[in-house]
Amino acid sequence: MSRQARIDLHGYAFVLPFLIVYGLFTLWPIIAGLRMSFSNVSLLGGSSPFVGFQNYSQALHDPAFWAALWHSVEFTIITTPPLVVLGLALALLANRALPGRSLFRMAIFAPFVLPVTVVTLVWGWLYEPSFGLINGYLAQLHLPTFGWLTDTRTAMPAVAITTIWWTLGFNFLLYLAGLQAIPREYYEASAVDGANAWDQLWHVTIPLLKRTTVIVLILQVLASLKVFGQIYAMTGGGPDFSTRSEVEYVYEQGFTAYHLGYAAAMSYLFFIVLLAVSAFQFRLFARRR
Amino acid sequence: MRPSAVIAFLVLFLVSLLWVVPLAWAVDTSLKPEGQTTSIPPSWTSPRWTIDAYLQVLSNGDLPRWFFNSAVTSAVITVGTVVFASLAGYALSRIPFRGRAMVFWLIMAGIMIPVEALVVPLFYEVNSLNLVNTYGGIILPQLASPIAVFIFKQYFDGIPREYEEAAILDGASRFRVYWRIWMPLSMPAVATVAILAFIASWNNFLWPLIVITGSNMMTIPVGLASVQSSYGIQYAQIMASTILAALPMLVVFAFFQRQIVQGVTGGVK
Repeated sequence: MSRQARIDLHGYAFVLPFLIVYGLFTLWPIIAGLRMSFSNVSLLGGSSPFVGFQNYSQALHDPAFWAALWHSVEFTIITTPPLVVLGLALALLANRALPGRSLFRMAIFAPFVLPVTVVTLVWGWLYEPSFGLINGYLAQLHLPTFGWLTDTRTAMPAVAITTIWWTLGFNFLLYLAGLQAIPREYYEASAVDGANAWDQLWHVTIPLLKRTTVIVLILQVLASLKVFGQIYAMTGGGPDFSTRSEVEYVYEQGFTAYHLGYAAAMSYLFFIVLLAVSAFQFRLFARRR
Repeated sequence: MRPSAVIAFLVLFLVSLLWVVPLAWAVDTSLKPEGQTTSIPPSWTSPRWTIDAYLQVLSNGDLPRWFFNSAVTSAVITVGTVVFASLAGYALSRIPFRGRAMVFWLIMAGIMIPVEALVVPLFYEVNSLNLVNTYGGIILPQLASPIAVFIFKQYFDGIPREYEEAAILDGASRFRVYWRIWMPLSMPAVATVAILAFIASWNNFLWPLIVITGSNMMTIPVGLASVQSSYGIQYAQIMASTILAALPMLVVFAFFQRQIVQGVTGGVK
């Protein structure tokens, strides 16, 4: 065997285990899903009649599909600014050499390692209308109380607040790392030029954090669009489907109603939306450089 | 201390306090007798403290079973992810085989693919393989992690070639080089990938929710989602389940904080 052939053999032997699982459970579903979206799939193993673009056209004419897509977008719009701004603000505060800094870091990041249903049960209890802590404190302060998860006006904000508590630590960490990478010389030089703390923030820190902010934004927007767990567990998409996200609607159609072909088609449409958003973000941020 | 530092400290302190309240309230509730949990107005104190709720949950519920399922599946996924990804990462970094660039891009493209868009055909496939509601069905789709391959490849790229050349001159096979030299050298990468894989698999919700159909196979996140209905309005027990479920990840966080932080910030770069 030639030397290169032996090298090839070794190389493929090493990547094969990964490629097998990857091919079977990541790549194959992409192709199979496309096929499924063009048919009315039956789980019972019978034939899956080919129906062309019927699932796609049905989805595009389905008001629930568009409403669910809107809810995912709405969720992204109301959670992204707080998560980015607060993450930066807290990182700026924590970047100083303060006593107890690592404790603060732990407290804010700890929720991030919790499973989603721990988070939703804890917050569901906080939001409980009659016995929950939040309404309890509001009542004591003679402020109006709300049916947080049962009122269409407050359900989405309530899920958003829970999400912020859960995931702020992630952005906080990223910004902290970004801040620590800024060399002190920049601050010293600007101080020599007469800049005060506010100037330094706007003209030194924030511009130098652009790369971190780009990463934070891209990750944040994509993760928010894909929201499922909190909504499924806290509101089930309600009240009146006002919080049902795109992924949740696909889940319901596929695994409660068993319209697998329809769910597959919607998955692909959603995948295209996500790709478009990613492409848009990359172009937006790449051009500025 | 300068006044701005004092303000910064106070703000951070208050925010941290606020952040701890939800879990603290859950612990507080879990240690009360059931009747006390629904007092109006809600109170942090209770005339009687008890661990009844925890005892009830551990003896009557399915939580121990769910723990076992989570532990088994997460352990296998963690080991599998590390092994498969490090083997692939090593080859991509150190073995100049033909087609290597294409394989690399094929794997990196996977990072862009959202799992949420794949669950429908994935379920159909797992069902065809008769793996629904089995450990295999839970584990197999979670083994291939393109990000882990990337982390390993990056790490291997940074290790000087001299380490490897000496061993190859001595006639060692590639696998021996991988196993005896590279893996011990890559302990930081192994630790990072292992911790992240463990946490991600433990907390995974969507896929286990879909592939598990029986209560005795549920992992903790899925099991907890079914708790509300079965416990009714026994809040002390619900909170006790929550705290018990939160403990493993909080313990992992406490012990491996550095690796987690490094994995989150480094992996993103």
